[in-house]
Amino acid sequence: MIEIHNLYKAFGPQMVLNNLSLTVRRGETKVIIGRSGVGKSVLLKSIVGLARPDSGSVKVNGVEVTNLNDRDYNKLRMEMGMVFQGGALFDSMNVGENVAFVLNEFMNLDRKTVRDRVRDALALVGLKDVEDMMPSQLSGGMLKRVSLARVMCMEPQIILYDEPTSEVDPITAAAINHLIVELHDKLKVTSVVVTHDMNSAYHVADSIAMLYRGQVIADGKPEDIRNTQHPVVKQFITGQALGPITEDENLIFGHVK
Amino acid sequence: MMDIAARSGSFTLNWARYLGQLFILWAQTMTCAVTPPFKGTRSLVQAARIGPGSFVIAALVAFFVGMIIALQMAYQMVQLSAEIYIPNIIAVSLTRELAPVLTALIVAGRIGAGIAAEIGSMVVTEQVDALKAFAVNPVKYLVVPRFVGLLIMLPVLTMFADIIGIWGGYVICVFKLHISHEMFWRMVFHALTTKDIVTGLVKTVFFGMIIAIVGCHQGLMVRGGAEGVGKATTTAVVRSFILIIMTDCVITFVFYFLLKV
Repeated sequence: MIEIHNLYKAFGPQMVLNNLSLTVRRGETKVIIGRSGVGKSVLLKSIVGLARPDSGSVKVNGVEVTNLNDRDYNKLRMEMGMVFQGGALFDSMNVGENVAFVLNEFMNLDRKTVRDRVRDALALVGLKDVEDMMPSQLSGGMLKRVSLARVMCMEPQIILYDEPTSEVDPITAAAINHLIVELHDKLKVTSVVVTHDMNSAYHVADSIAMLYRGQVIADGKPEDIRNTQHPVVKQFITGQALGPITEDENLIFGHVK
Repeated sequence: MMDIAARSGSFTLNWARYLGQLFILWAQTMTCAVTPPFKGTRSLVQAARIGPGSFVIAALVAFFVGMIIALQMAYQMVQLSAEIYIPNIIAVSLTRELAPVLTALIVAGRIGAGIAAEIGSMVVTEQVDALKAFAVNPVKYLVVPRFVGLLIMLPVLTMFADIIGIWGGYVICVFKLHISHEMFWRMVFHALTTKDIVTGLVKTVFFGMIIAIVGCHQGLMVRGGAEGVGKATTTAVVRSFILIIMTDCVITFVFYFLLKV
C-alpha cells in the first residue's frame, strides 16, 4: 500500500508537486495520467526514493520513506521494482546479465538456478532466446519487456511503471498492457502506472488519478473518469487542443488568443 | 574593480565547492572500497581496460621524451664537456617527475574522459537511477572499480614509462653522443636510487585518485543529455590536468623541503 499526503516538490522556482495526496491500495493498479511535465515521473521517483520531496509524507507498506536513510530505503527498495521509460537496461551487459542483475548482486545462487530464473522471467514477458543479445540490438518494445523481466526477477510487491507504452507501436503497446494486467492478476502486485496513453490507462487501471498543476484533481474508476464532466479531465481524456488546460497556449497553427 | 573582486571571489568559491564535492566523493569511495561485499573482478576488469590500451601511447611518449631530454641536455653539456652526466639527468628527471606526470596526463586524457562519458551516458539514460532503484550504491558499483583499477594500473604504466624513457635517452646518448653502452648504464644506475623511483610511484597513487574521482564526479553530475555528456568529458580532462599539475607541485615540495627526499 502506498499513501501520499500533502507532498510538495519544487525544482528551483518551478513547483512540480503542490500539496499532492494519493492512496494506492494493496493489490490495486493505479494509473496516473496528466500532461507531459506535470510531475508524474517525479511522483514515481518520490516513491522509490530517486527524488526526495521538499515536504509531505510518503508511506510505502506503512513505512514513512521521506526521511529514511539509504540503508533502510534499500531494504524497502527490494520490495519495489521500477520499469523506466527508456528501459534503463545496463548497456555494458547482455539481456541475460541485465535480467539476472539483482540475482547476481544480492543472492548467492548457482549458475543453473540463475539461468532458469532468467529464462522464466523472459518467458513471462513473451521473450525467448534473447539472453545473449545486447540492449542496443533490441527494439523499443523488447527493451521495455526485458526491463519488466528484470523487475520480475526481484519478485517485488510493488511495480512502478514510467510510461510503459510510450515510443512503441500500438500492437506492442497492447501486448505490454496485457502483460501488466496479467502480472497484476497472477502475482497480485500493487502497481502504479504513469502514462498519458488513455487506451493503456483504461485497459490496465483499477483506478485512474489525474495530475494537474501538481495536484490530483480526479481519482476514480476508469468508467467514472471516462464519463466525467470535469472540464480539465474531459479535455485531457478526449485529447482536445482547446480547453481549460491549454487556455494560455497557442497550440493550433493560426490560432491566436 | 568591484567587478574583478566579485568575479575572483565567485571563482574561488566555485573551486572550493568543487574540491569539497571531490573530497566527499573520495571519502564515499574509500568507505565503499573497504565495506563488504567485495567484488574484486570488477576492479580487475577496469584495470584491464585501462592498462593495455594506454601502454603503447605512454611508452611512445616516454621514449620520445627520453630522447628530447638527452638532446636538450646535450645542447648545454657538450659545451661543458659534461655529456657523460646526461644519463644521470635522464634517469632522475624521468623517474621522479616526467614519467609519472606525463603518464598521468595521458591516462587522464584517455581514461578520465572515457569514465566521464560512460558514467554520464548512464546518468542520461537513467541507468544510474536504475542502480539506485535496485538498491545498489552507484559509488560502490561504478566509482570503486574505476578508482581501484587506476590505483593498480597507473604505477605499472609509470614504471614501464620509466624504463622506456631511459631507453629513449639511450638511443641519443649511445648513437649520437657516442657514450658507450656500458658507461650509459653505469651512469644511470649510479644516479638512480630507490627513493627516486618510489617518489615517482607515490605521485602516481595521487594522480590515479584524481583521474578516477574527477572523471566519475563529472559523469555523475551530468545534466541535459548528449550536450551535458560532451561538456562533462571536456571538463573532466581539463580539471584532471590542472589538479595533477597542482598536486605534483605540492608533492614535490613536500618531498624536497619537508621529507628531504
